Amino acid sequence: MRVPILKQGNYLIATIQSALTDEDLLQLRDELTDRVGKFRSRGVIVDVTALDIMDSFATQTLRALAHMIRLRGAETVIVGVQPEVAFTMVQLGLTLEGISTALDLEEGLAQLNLKTRGVEARERRG
Amino acid sequence: MPKDDGRRTHQVETQHMGESTAGLLRELVAHLRENRSQLRQEWARRITQAQLLTAMSQEEIFAEATSVYDNYVAVLETGSVEAMQAYARDLSERIIPRGVETHEVVGIVLLLRDVLARSLFAKYQADFALLNRILDAYEPAANRIANTVAVGFVQERERIIRQQQEAIRELSTPVLQVRERLLILPIIGVIDSQRARQLTEQLLRGIRANRAKVVVIDITGVPSVDSTVANHLVQTVEASRLMGATVIVTGLSSEIAQTLVTIGVDLGKMNTVGDLQGGIEEAERLLGYKVTLEMPENADTHLPAS
Repeated sequence: MRVPILKQGNYLIATIQSALTDEDLLQLRDELTDRVGKFRSRGVIVDVTALDIMDSFATQTLRALAHMIRLRGAETVIVGVQPEVAFTMVQLGLTLEGISTALDLEEGLAQLNLKTRGVEARERRG
Repeated sequence: MPKDDGRRTHQVETQHMGESTAGLLRELVAHLRENRSQLRQEWARRITQAQLLTAMSQEEIFAEATSVYDNYVAVLETGSVEAMQAYARDLSERIIPRGVETHEVVGIVLLLRDVLARSLFAKYQADFALLNRILDAYEPAANRIANTVAVGFVQERERIIRQQQEAIRELSTPVLQVRERLLILPIIGVIDSQRARQLTEQLLRGIRANRAKVVVIDITGVPSVDSTVANHLVQTVEASRLMGATVIVTGLSSEIAQTLVTIGVDLGKMNTVGDLQGGIEEAERLLGYKVTLEMPENADTHLPAS
């Protein structure tokens, strides 16, 4: 199942709606990194609220995605990790180190606003 | 079964085994009923002598001894241990809170077994073959009773322990909200794997329910921290971070700090503050709160002495 990617101002929002296969994940990663450049986005939010399992491949892909997007000049926030998922991930040693996380979409947007404030101010100054 | 089979059994050797046992038991029960008061007294005397049930008074011991004795005889008569099981459960419920130990309960039942066996020896010593058959009938039944009582007692004890563990577990991990989006998790007592797991789960649920952004975990009440506990803490911190919450750990005493450094736990990822007050202040700062002390007009006289 493909993940819809919405453009919202300077941000891209990808909401995962159901369990994804490995190919779907890779496709999401490629599409996001591609569109960040196309839309000149400043931030990306990946919403995983609907996921009740995060295996090592998903974690690894999300981490790669965040790093690739950072290299493309944008910030990534993963939002909506469920308590059970968080617990299982930690038990398996999958900790998304160095990647921003937030409770939900609203929080994620607030965090991106904070992070990209400096960039926008510089842009306004020209 | 014909009515007077029991009386004939010890005369007719070839009698069917089941019938013969039943008959012997019937004779046995008659004997025990006849000598009830004397055997019961002897038993109570032996209990006192062996210094069992010291938590109970003489009268109580005698009253319990009477009930146990009657139940005992009833089991020998009917062969059904169900009534005994119920009685054992009831007895355990009454005496466990008073500090009666397992060995005492098993001890008194074995004493009764012994007292009764001795009285059988005394009665049938003239006819050795008959004594043997009587004991053949008596021993398995007596063993079954001892077993029932001991198991009943231990089961009751385990039930109480489970109940108490549950209560302790529920009491010991409150997740408290002190401000909008700020939670406190005071941990008191020893952290084992099971508790750490439950604690983390509860905290994560609390984070979602209260939309928390900052969590202060206070471990002032944790007596000692080893590498296992430290790893549990690190896991809790990581899991909270995955849900978008920042964790501040407070209340690390100097001893605990030294231990952690000595055993080389990597706490680099953890945000630590000395005491709970400092932790809450730091959390407020992260959330953007600014707490100001409102000065009354004559501030000098009303300021708390600090």
